[in-house]
Amino acid sequence: MYTSADLRKGLKIIIDGEPYIVTVFDFSKPGKGQALYRTKMRNMITGIQIERTYRPGDTFEPASLEEREMQFLYKEDTHYHFMDNQTYEQIAIDEQALGEAKNFLTENMNARILRFGDRAIGVELPNFVNLRVIKAESWARGDTSGSDSKPATLETGYVLRVPPFVQEGELITIDTRTGEYSTRVKE
Amino acid sequence: MRRRSALQARASILQAIRLFFVNQGYLEVETPHRIPAPAPESHIDAVPSGSWFLHTSPELCMKRLLAAGYEKIFQICRCWRGEERGRLHTPEFTLLEWYRAESDYRALMEECEAFIQAVASTLGLGDKLHFRGQTIDLTRPWERISVEDAFQRYAPMPMRRALAEHVFDEVMVEKIEPRLGSSRPTFLYDYPAERGALARLKGDDPTLAERFEFYIGGLELANAFSELIDTKEQRERFLAEQAYRRSLSKPPYPLPEKFLRELGTMPPAAGIALGVDRLVMVLLDTPTIDEVVAFTPEEL
Repeated sequence: MYTSADLRKGLKIIIDGEPYIVTVFDFSKPGKGQALYRTKMRNMITGIQIERTYRPGDTFEPASLEEREMQFLYKEDTHYHFMDNQTYEQIAIDEQALGEAKNFLTENMNARILRFGDRAIGVELPNFVNLRVIKAESWARGDTSGSDSKPATLETGYVLRVPPFVQEGELITIDTRTGEYSTRVKE
Repeated sequence: MRRRSALQARASILQAIRLFFVNQGYLEVETPHRIPAPAPESHIDAVPSGSWFLHTSPELCMKRLLAAGYEKIFQICRCWRGEERGRLHTPEFTLLEWYRAESDYRALMEECEAFIQAVASTLGLGDKLHFRGQTIDLTRPWERISVEDAFQRYAPMPMRRALAEHVFDEVMVEKIEPRLGSSRPTFLYDYPAERGALARLKGDDPTLAERFEFYIGGLELANAFSELIDTKEQRERFLAEQAYRRSLSKPPYPLPEKFLRELGTMPPAAGIALGVDRLVMVLLDTPTIDEVVAFTPEEL
């Protein structure tokens, strides 16, 4: 159990059953008044920011979050199934909780899964992943349209802009932090 | 360890403070830091030192000097308040206190104006300060606004309602303080009576205390009042503060009996406590107290 005196930037606590991380912390004490602990916090599931002011003696449950390396197995409807390679334990994560990561997950890829109790609340992918282009318009040498990129669809269904020379069936590297094309992979 | 320039400026500021008070005919005094009974105040925690305490302010001893006939006194000293640490707080800090017999809080406001102007001028800063991205004009008169009017102007509810709903401090910190002293310093005055355990009540409205604080760029620098000199009432207020502390399961302090006994011979007076570290922050335009002290507690 934490008390308001433990509050500081980076502390993870539970509010209304959900994990929050303190992003801004300030101690204040108006003249002759009581100590006040002012915080800004981010909900670690929804990302929503809140502001709260606490008094001395307020208590908080620590939010214990666990991070584990797991392998992506397969997708079923809106559920993505992962397995812990050490314990062989399997879990399913809903598409919504995956966020942008769902655009870059391919079978057997390793990812770090952030868990709050039994709930997986986030996925961290490697910064760069390789994905195959399954659809891209062909590019005629000598194209004078002046366009320096074209749309391409990846095996995950994700659509992005790639340089004109990228062809259907090729493997490309994506930066998962920005979702942008990085380079072509020579096979 | 701090930048050399900050500690040099701090030393100059201390000298400028002394120069001002000596020129005004004040006597510099030193009173014990370790005392048997701190003033019982609801929200100020004294640090124990053996069976005594480190003082949270030199207030009681300085008032005993007033009672003994010293009419204009000042002191610059280290004080300790438990559990206070933040951008604007260290548990050990430097207070400047000054007291003047036959004076009141209105006269003290004018002295504050003269004091800050004199210190800024001794340091070669002129009448304009730059603090927290604001330019603050020190020329007299500064802004004066009552607590009640400040709630009216800046807060979502009147002062009396904030008190009744026990959110006075929250509203003060979140809505009012950030707005004070932005183009010139602001005196916030006439606090609710229960917010000034050692202050005299207003003659025409005993629900208010003759107390003020002043702010520069949203930062509270000092707390002042017309001193309460009614022994019986002072004892009752101390007992009320003690009862409140007990209700929060905070350790009670022994009553400062010698102070209470001598209060009866103290002349009408006004006194003020000003945070020296914060004054250095304002004059050097630093965002935290850490930049203006030789060491923070974490560095020890």
